[in-house]
Amino acid sequence: MPENVLSMEHVTMQFGGVVAVNDLSLRVDQGEIVALIGPNGAGKTTAFNCITGVYEPTNGLVTFKGEPMIRNHPQGKMAKEYKGSEPQMFTEGYVPAAGEQTADPFAGTGKVVSPTPDHVTKLGIARTFQNIRLFSALTVFENVLIAKHMRARQNFLSATFRLNAKEEKRMREESMALLEEQNLAHLKDEVAGSLPYGIQRRLEIARALATEPKLLLLDEPAAGMNPQETQELTDFIRQIRKEYNLTVFMIEHHMDLVMQISDRIYVLDFGSLIAQGSPAEVQNNPRVIEAYLGVADDAED
Amino acid sequence: MIEKKSKKGAFLALAFVAALLILVIVLENTMKPTHMLFTVLKKGAVYALVATSMNLLNGFTGLFSLGQAGFMLLGAYTYAILTIPVADKDSVYYLYGGSTVKFSLPDLFGGADTAPGLILGVLLALILGGCVAALVAWLIGLPVLRLKSDYLAIATLGFAEIIRAVFQWDKLGPVTNGANALKNFPTFSSFNITNANGEVVLRLSTFVAFLLSAICITIIVLLINSSYGRAFKAIREDDIAAEAMGINLAKHKRLAFCISSFFAGVGGGLFAMFANQAQAKNFTTAMTYEILLIVVIGGIGSISGSCIASFLYVAASEWWLRFLDTETYIGSFKVPFLRNGFRMVVFSVIIMIVVLFFRKGIMGDKELPDLFRKRAKTKGKAGAEHA
Repeated sequence: MPENVLSMEHVTMQFGGVVAVNDLSLRVDQGEIVALIGPNGAGKTTAFNCITGVYEPTNGLVTFKGEPMIRNHPQGKMAKEYKGSEPQMFTEGYVPAAGEQTADPFAGTGKVVSPTPDHVTKLGIARTFQNIRLFSALTVFENVLIAKHMRARQNFLSATFRLNAKEEKRMREESMALLEEQNLAHLKDEVAGSLPYGIQRRLEIARALATEPKLLLLDEPAAGMNPQETQELTDFIRQIRKEYNLTVFMIEHHMDLVMQISDRIYVLDFGSLIAQGSPAEVQNNPRVIEAYLGVADDAED
Repeated sequence: MIEKKSKKGAFLALAFVAALLILVIVLENTMKPTHMLFTVLKKGAVYALVATSMNLLNGFTGLFSLGQAGFMLLGAYTYAILTIPVADKDSVYYLYGGSTVKFSLPDLFGGADTAPGLILGVLLALILGGCVAALVAWLIGLPVLRLKSDYLAIATLGFAEIIRAVFQWDKLGPVTNGANALKNFPTFSSFNITNANGEVVLRLSTFVAFLLSAICITIIVLLINSSYGRAFKAIREDDIAAEAMGINLAKHKRLAFCISSFFAGVGGGLFAMFANQAQAKNFTTAMTYEILLIVVIGGIGSISGSCIASFLYVAASEWWLRFLDTETYIGSFKVPFLRNGFRMVVFSVIIMIVVLFFRKGIMGDKELPDLFRKRAKTKGKAGAEHA
């Protein structure tokens, strides 16, 4: 069995009275390309934000490379208002039922782990955004270089007085090498915001790669692309997976892309998982078809 | 290739600053020392530093803070309290029967009359002034930096007002001299070199103001061009993306806030040296607005813009428009409008015009060298087309 990279266990995200993600459990293994699909508003991006630390999930556990990374249970006011499943599972004093398998090393302790997004990135999870979030007034080169900042051994004094020249040189060389690998080197002095849309998408992925991730989260990488660009993106994702030894977890709406590239697919609807499996299995799942196409009026009765 | 270019650029910038410093010395020793020009140059140098420190926060990190006058006040008072000669303390603090601070930094190094005492004492006091400002910034940053944009501005503005009130508090009199001014500490003119008869041989007062300000601004520029400066810009551009790139938002915002406050504190010390006194009532919100105005006119995100704008601003408000404030007669004809206060009317109109025609300030987010580089590039292109 391949090594597990990411697993979500019973993750629930509730905003006020709205349960955006309910009891989501999934796993992504080393080297896989896994897709998360679902109709608009199904909670896909919320699930991503729970993994990357943007949101603190209301309940549940996220592990990365077998280590618990995020863990929470309903607390305070939320304990009363909680509408999701498994409210007891991550609280103090929980006793797993006989024969229950759990990846939770803190079972029964009620421990809360909630890292900030920069910490998650440092652990080795990089992401892109649904609506491109480049540093648009900075150059292509600077965009990539900024991603190198967190792993450099320096402090603000050594950086100001140029005592970190070696680190700075390494950062610049690595960034340049990455841009060359991504065929973006000729654009290095261009302002990122002035680039064509497709290139901006590529740059955002290149920038994510610069953080040296193990797991890459892509939030609708093909949004707004035409069929040809989408096809290029498909090849590109396959290629970077191989070259950088990556695991990819992505949200996508383009079914051609998803069906072509994914090893496994999870389907989310109204915050809950409704199907999972290989592309062929998911394609023929009646619940998925129902979620995407709706049901005829007479069939509803 | 890049490094070579940046080395050449750094050398040119250094040469430019050195030339400026020499020019200042020459001007000061050839012109009448009481000329308005030198007041403008000194105040301009101080404001350039404070505006640059504000630009570091507002223009490069994207944190809209209006606490600059408060941090300047902290720096000015720290500087003044630590440098008033022991012998003068009783006369300065006459209302409170002397100061509780029984030492003076220049005196520790041999007195403000000797070169090492003056230089070491002043430098140390300025740095400590910056440190006090940075420390206070760190403390108020803990709650305040959770806020964003206008809310942060209001919170820091409130902080500056509180500081000003606290320093005028009567109970603190033995330290801060209450609402009275602190004076008799070394000023820029203390650096003029005199001979045995007390006659000035070499005037260095403006030079010292320029030198200290230039050193601080250079450090800020180095910081902005370093890895940390890039991280600050990333936060300004998009804080969510910056965080996703592994930049610790809280840490970097706090860092920018403390460094900016440090230099505002040093700038406050320099302002006390310029004004020959430190008094809390001078560090008002209006002063913060003046500095904000300089930053906006110069261009948010441009250090050279802030420097140029601060000299233009100070010159226009203190010197060039002075004549508008005095009633003038041409023969027996009284020129209309000219009376006390009219200067500010004209000044405000000029600022409006500048803001209308330079939406992004004089320099936008470009620096001086960028302008030359661009011209060279377009020239090269034009040349190629001709060929």
